[in-house]
Amino acid sequence: MDGIQRCSDLTRLKRPEGSGNAMSAAVQPPQPTGAAWYRLEPNGDTLRMIVGGVWVISEARRLDPLMRALDPKGFARMEVDCGALERLDTVGAWLLLRTKRRLEHAGVEVRPVNVRDEYRALVHTIDHECRAPPVELPPRHKFTDRLERIGRALFHALHLMYQLVGFFGIVVFETAATILQPRRLRLAALFHQMEETGVNALPIVGLLSFLIGVVVAYQGADQLRQFGLEVFTVNLLGVGVLRELGGLMAAIIVAGRSGSAFTAQIGTMKVNEELDAIETSGLNIIEVLVLPRLLGLIITLPLLTFYSNIMGLIGGMVMCYFDLSITIPAFLHQLQTAVVGGTFWVGLIKAPVFAFIIGLVGCYQGLRVERNAASVGRLTTQAVVESIFLVIVADAIFSILFSILGL
Amino acid sequence: MSDNAAASPVVRVRGLVTNLGGHVLHDHVDLDVMRGEILGVVGGSGTGKSILLRSIIGLLQPMEGSIEVLGQNIAALDGDELVRLQIRWGVLFQDGALFSDQTVAQNVQLPLREHTDLPQQLMDEIASVKLSMVGLPPDAAKKYPAELSGGMRKRAGLARALALDPELLFLDEPTAGLDPIAAAQFDELVRGLQQSLRLTVFMVTHDIDTLRATTDRIAVLVDRKIKVGTIASLTHDTNPWIHEYFNGVRGHAALAS
Repeated sequence: MDGIQRCSDLTRLKRPEGSGNAMSAAVQPPQPTGAAWYRLEPNGDTLRMIVGGVWVISEARRLDPLMRALDPKGFARMEVDCGALERLDTVGAWLLLRTKRRLEHAGVEVRPVNVRDEYRALVHTIDHECRAPPVELPPRHKFTDRLERIGRALFHALHLMYQLVGFFGIVVFETAATILQPRRLRLAALFHQMEETGVNALPIVGLLSFLIGVVVAYQGADQLRQFGLEVFTVNLLGVGVLRELGGLMAAIIVAGRSGSAFTAQIGTMKVNEELDAIETSGLNIIEVLVLPRLLGLIITLPLLTFYSNIMGLIGGMVMCYFDLSITIPAFLHQLQTAVVGGTFWVGLIKAPVFAFIIGLVGCYQGLRVERNAASVGRLTTQAVVESIFLVIVADAIFSILFSILGL
Repeated sequence: MSDNAAASPVVRVRGLVTNLGGHVLHDHVDLDVMRGEILGVVGGSGTGKSILLRSIIGLLQPMEGSIEVLGQNIAALDGDELVRLQIRWGVLFQDGALFSDQTVAQNVQLPLREHTDLPQQLMDEIASVKLSMVGLPPDAAKKYPAELSGGMRKRAGLARALALDPELLFLDEPTAGLDPIAAAQFDELVRGLQQSLRLTVFMVTHDIDTLRATTDRIAVLVDRKIKVGTIASLTHDTNPWIHEYFNGVRGHAALAS
């Protein structure tokens, strides 16, 4: 009879005055009447369980372990008297039914009595709809799982690369078809994209390039001053900005601004089934969505690179004037001796390639979006990271190429 | 709850004015939803049915007039009070509005996780109880919303709306986009749940079959006002739109069956 004694003791929690500590759940019952309680009374060979109060979700935290531990030791029959129930919701009804099923499974005959009519429908619904809910086992992570994940990630990456090459092929094919049939080019969309990716990027590209020019000039001047060669700051600046920094700054900003926008726009269109609508209207997604973006970027990024170069040089010039007292005519003269024609073109020739990479990755990731909000965000991030990564890789390849060519 | 509470309306709209971009949708509208009833809200496209629902659940601030839900003025509540009120109602949005990066079971458990401190095992059990109550198979629990059909998404959305055992349930076009059989099942489900959980239901719908099968009273949004009645009384209404709605080809077919 120990078990019953223990259970009965627990019912001392019964009916705390006011809002009891037992109701620690964040949900306050709407009408705080009595808390949930139950009492066990042996009655011959039958164990009577009298339940009362509000058996609702806010009481469930307290009731759940008690109901799990309920053990009618030695009794073959049990009677659940629901007459004192003040309120019963789905969770309360489930706790009672769960206990009933568990005990019946253990061979105890359980009989509910005094169930009020208003609860019958609820109990009936739960009892008939919910047969044995599946128990979810928490996933276990083993060492081999980790290995499997690494392997899967590798194959996934290879597969993506394969698909990107395929996408590259489609885009090249469509571009060629458009060149042969220029009427297929959507001029309005192209100009719109050029405005979005080019004109609207002018302020941020200009400001950042200007600041980079200032920083490079300042750092260069600091080091070269030790050798008394301050004037070569102009050479450092000219070559650094024109060959590398101007183009890279423009490409990275555009990757962050426009590459992400491509993915998000195309991805959201996919979520909205707009891509399906385009396809079934007899239109070509590559032609309608990808080519205007890609070509727009290929036209505007070289222009932005040129602009970025000029702003970078102006930033350096301002710094040289204030820090090294190199006048503007002197600066321009030194720049002319330092920068040969090739330097300028070496920087600019990379821009269309960078633009192609950014546009290709951005559009490709947009088309990969699945029909949920999370994948738009994930693939947009991926598009930006991948395009910046590929831009820098391409830049490194260009450097090797130019050094072989002796430019 | 006292008799007093039972007699007072669960939702009480007084003098509501909604003006969207110079276009008046509601012009001093009054509406009461009584405890334990299913109220259907109908009206032509663009008459502001969904806007009315969004105003009542506090997503839109009314320009004029007052809205009381469960005896509390929505506009006057501060953050915590609003949360305490929000957990007493459930909302099913048009396409379920399930969180697409979570499984169905996680979706249903989200309100439980945020507003209660139940152990995980019990939350798992409650989620599967709710899912089976709305008639979803057990294997749906682990699926993502994108893997479900439109009808299943609605059922899952309903299970989430019911997660905290609300007193008041808002349904926005619950049967739109469902085939007639699925729509009829959904009607039956709403009616059954309303009886077993003793819910008050506020339902925006286009579907005249749903109105006939489930609602106790109907509120018609017409000419920027609301007319409330039963199907029987509204069928004989003289307003041309209401007349056409209940006596048109579709209305006739639905009411005759």
